[in-house]
Amino acid sequence: MAQPWLLLTLVGADRPGIVAHVTRVLFGVGAELGETAMMRLGNQFAIMMMVRNAGKPEEVTGLLESTRAEFDLKLHVDEIDASLHQHREPDVSVTVHSADRSGIVADVTAALLEAGMNILDLRSDVGGSEDEPIYIMQIDGETTDGIETIERRVARFAEQGLNVHVTPLQTMRG
Amino acid sequence: MEPLPIVTYPDERLKTTCDPVEQFDPELREFAEHLQYTADQGPSAVGIAAPQVGRMQRLCLVDATRAKRPVDNNGPLVLVNPEITNWKGFAVGREGCLSIPDYTGKVIRAESIELVAQDVQGREVRFEMKGFEARIAQHELDHLDGILFLDRLVSRHADLRQR
Repeated sequence: MAQPWLLLTLVGADRPGIVAHVTRVLFGVGAELGETAMMRLGNQFAIMMMVRNAGKPEEVTGLLESTRAEFDLKLHVDEIDASLHQHREPDVSVTVHSADRSGIVADVTAALLEAGMNILDLRSDVGGSEDEPIYIMQIDGETTDGIETIERRVARFAEQGLNVHVTPLQTMRG
Repeated sequence: MEPLPIVTYPDERLKTTCDPVEQFDPELREFAEHLQYTADQGPSAVGIAAPQVGRMQRLCLVDATRAKRPVDNNGPLVLVNPEITNWKGFAVGREGCLSIPDYTGKVIRAESIELVAQDVQGREVRFEMKGFEARIAQHELDHLDGILFLDRLVSRHADLRQR
């Protein structure tokens, strides 16, 4: 019988080989990988990974200890109540860009929540220069109250210099 | 009428180029109707291709009238031996497939196309398509060449939409 899913989070300075080493260790003990998300944030590489059949959290921590030490990673393992085949389809995309200031994510996501949008995927980045940073955010989600409600809610951000674009998404299935 | 069984990934038939349709007879028309009925039973399908039910012939259905949000369309279409004769522009959109349950991904397609095909009677038909309907047609024509949207996935964060 399959063991519960664990969520592994690993973070460390980005360098080649982190993913290959971590997954090789897990494969070696017969672990199963589920959905994963891995990306470079700042100069760090961050991994979130669903894993099962590799033992209990403390056992997985032990298995990965030499890799963790070699790559100087921060490792965290939690048992989670997750399952596969739970995908949701986004029906709206919201992009935001502006000169960077504090509170953009909090303000925009609060407005989206009020407008009945559930965030499924959010990615934000800081571009521009050290002196004049710009903030860019891309959000995919699902609506309960319609696109127009979101557009009304975010319209006020224009006065604050935030460029917010709301685009309906339609998945083609054939 | 029972829906036809859907061929699912990784069945080799989904990677196989289909043969042209040469016989335009009542059996072909009956098959097209059966294919439509099968698509109707699936989760909100706007198209289906013959190889998705194991018939390795160049026939597919495109029906943008079934889009959740209204889009420009040419009505429900049965396309036999279809060929794209012109492409214009690019757009990123999310696609799923009856043959690949529980997964959707982003694919770049031409924004507008011109297409020549035959109808179920064998008569030549020509269509101009754009946006969502053009995407459906390109997805379905890919099936006839053994190509899946998985073969064309781009980054989850790809975005060519105009701001």
